[in-house]
Amino acid sequence: MSGYIIKRVISAIVTLFLVATLTFFLMYLVPGGPFLSEKAPSQQTLKALEEKYGLDQPIGVQYLNYMKRLIRGDLGTSLKMRGQEVNDIIKTRFPVSAKIGLMAVILAICVGIPLGSVAALNRGNWFDRLIMFLSTLGIAIPGFVVATVLMFFFGVRLRILPTFGLTSPLHYILPVAALAFYPTAYISRLMRSSMLDVLGQDYMRTARAKGLSQFKALFKHALRNAVLPVVTYLGPMLAGILTGSFVVEKIFTIPGLGSQFVGSITDRDYPLIMGTTIFLAFLLITMNVIVDIAYKIIDPRIKLK
Amino acid sequence: MDNKKNPLSFHLDVSDFLPADEREKQSMVVMRESVSFWKDGFRRLRKNKLAMASLVVIIIIMISAFIVPSFYPYSYEQQIRGSENLGIMEYSDAEIERIKSGEEVFPHILGTDSLGRDLMIRIMVGSKISLLVGIVASAIILVIGSAYGSIAGYFGGKVDMIMMRAVDIIYTVPDILIIILLSVTLKFPLKELADNVKAFAWINTVGIGLISIFVVFSLLYWVGMARIVRGQVLMLKEQEYVVAAKALGASDSRIIKKHLLTNSIGTLIVTTTLQIPSSIFTESFLSFLGLGVSAPMPSLGSLASQAIGGISSYPHRLMAPAIVISLIILSFNLLGDGLRDAFDPRLKN
Repeated sequence: MSGYIIKRVISAIVTLFLVATLTFFLMYLVPGGPFLSEKAPSQQTLKALEEKYGLDQPIGVQYLNYMKRLIRGDLGTSLKMRGQEVNDIIKTRFPVSAKIGLMAVILAICVGIPLGSVAALNRGNWFDRLIMFLSTLGIAIPGFVVATVLMFFFGVRLRILPTFGLTSPLHYILPVAALAFYPTAYISRLMRSSMLDVLGQDYMRTARAKGLSQFKALFKHALRNAVLPVVTYLGPMLAGILTGSFVVEKIFTIPGLGSQFVGSITDRDYPLIMGTTIFLAFLLITMNVIVDIAYKIIDPRIKLK
Repeated sequence: MDNKKNPLSFHLDVSDFLPADEREKQSMVVMRESVSFWKDGFRRLRKNKLAMASLVVIIIIMISAFIVPSFYPYSYEQQIRGSENLGIMEYSDAEIERIKSGEEVFPHILGTDSLGRDLMIRIMVGSKISLLVGIVASAIILVIGSAYGSIAGYFGGKVDMIMMRAVDIIYTVPDILIIILLSVTLKFPLKELADNVKAFAWINTVGIGLISIFVVFSLLYWVGMARIVRGQVLMLKEQEYVVAAKALGASDSRIIKKHLLTNSIGTLIVTTTLQIPSSIFTESFLSFLGLGVSAPMPSLGSLASQAIGGISSYPHRLMAPAIVISLIILSFNLLGDGLRDAFDPRLKN
C-alpha cells in the first residue's frame, strides 16, 4: 500500500513539473512577450519593463528563476492588474469557486445516486426510461447551453431567481444547478449500470435467501458495492466542474477563479494565466491522487499495481 | 473389411478415400450465404432504431452544413444593410419594398444578427466548422493513437513500458487547462509559420484557429485511443494467425497493419465515432470562451456566446445554435453506442 502511495505521489510530482515547464515554454512562444498590447509602449518603457520582470535575461536563466519561485509557492505578479500578486488574486477568488463547486459536487452525488439506483430497481418501466432519456440528454448538452437556458427561463422569463453575482443564498441556486447538471446525469447513468450489475450478483441472491429484508439487502449489500464506480468518477468530475466553472462563472458574473481565468485569457495577462493554470493543475492532480488512493482503500479487491 | 482395427495402427482405412456419394455431398452444401463481418454488424445496426434515427439526423445536418451553403442566397459574412436584428421570418423595410415590386426575396428563416448577417446560414456554416473539428480531429487521433498503441502492444516488454509510461503521464495532465493554454499561445507561432514558410502557406487558407484546434486536440487526446488499441493488440497478438503470419516470414509492420489493426477494426470505429462528439463538445467550449475559430468564421459555440448579451430580446439566437450543437453531440453519442453494440459487443460497459 505505502509503495503504491509513494509511486502515485512521485508520478503526480513529475506531471506537475511537466505542466509547469510546458506552461513556461508555451508562454515564451508568444512573440513580443506579455507587453504586446494594442497601445505599443515606447522602446524605453519596454526595456524598463523587461528589466523589471527579468525578461531580458536568457531563457535558461528565466526558466530557473521561474522554477525557483514556483517551488517557494510564488506565482508572480499580474501584469494588467497593477501590482497584484497572483497568489493574492487566487486567495481571494478561489474560495468563491470552491464553495460553488463543492455544492455542485454534493448536489450531483445526492441526486445522481438515488436516481440511478431507483432507475435500476425499476428496470424497463417508464421511470427508468425517463431517467435514461434525461441523463442521455444531460450528457449531450454542453454546459454553457445548460447555464444560459437556466438563466433565461428562471432569471429572464419567470424572474424568480437572480442571475447576477452571489450576494444572497438565492443567488447560488442557478449556478450550482448549472454546474451540477452534467455530473448528475453522468452519475445516474453510472449508478444505474453498476446497480444492475450488482443486483445480478450471487451474493444478492444469498442475502435474500438467508432472509434479509429487501431494505437491508439493498442498503447493506447492493448500494455499498454499486457506489464504487462513482468513487472513480470523482476525479474526472472535479475536472469537469472546474471546466464548467469557467463557463458558469462567466455567464452568471460570479467573482470566482473561473471567471478570473477567462478574463485573464481575454486580457492576455500571461503571468496570471500561467499562475492560475499551475494552481488548478496542482489542485486537480492532488485530488486525483487522493481519489485513487481512497479507491484502493475502499475496495480491497482492486489489485495494487 | 476388418472392423476391429487396432486404434494405434497407422494402417490407412481405404474407405476414407472413396468418392463421396450424393447424400454426403448434399450435407456439405452451404445453406445460407456466409455473412461477412460488415454485413453482420450492419444487420445488427439496422435493428437499432435509435442509432438509425441518429444516423439520419447526422446525414441531414451534414447535408445542410456542407452542401446547402454553396447555393444558399446569403453568405455567412454578408452584412445586409438595413436588415439588422430581424426576428424569425421577418423582412426589413427595404426587403418589403422589393417584395412589393415583384422581386423574390429569400426569407431570413432565423432572422439576422446585430450586423445584419443571416443567422440560418451562420448556423449552417457553424455546424460545418464543428463537424469538421470533430471528424478531422478524431481522424488524427485515430492515426496517432492506433499507431502508438499497436507498436507498444505488439513489441511489449521495455518498449511497451516506456511508451505507456509516457501515455500515463499525459493521461494525468489536466487536459482542459493545457488545451486552453495551447489555444492561447499556439496561434502566434502558427501564424509566423504560415506567413514566412511557403510550404505552410495553406495554414492561412484553412484558418489558424482551426489548425491550432486540430493540433491541440491531437496532441492530448490520442492517449485514450492508444490505451484501447494497445489492449486490443495485447489480446490479438497471442492468436494463432499471428503466429502463422510470423512463421511465414511476415514483417512486424505487415503483421500490425494486416492482422492486428484489421482485426481490431470494430473497436477503432467505435472509439473514433465516440471521439467525434467529445471533440465537438470541447471545441464549442473553447469557442464559447473566445478561443476557438476566429471571426468572422462562425462556430456553434461562438454563435451561442455572442447571443448571451441579447438573451432577453432575442432568445432564439441562443436557442438555435444550442439546439443544433446538442443534437449533433446526442446523435453521435447514440450512433457510437449503436455501433458499439453492433460491431464490438465486448466493449459494452
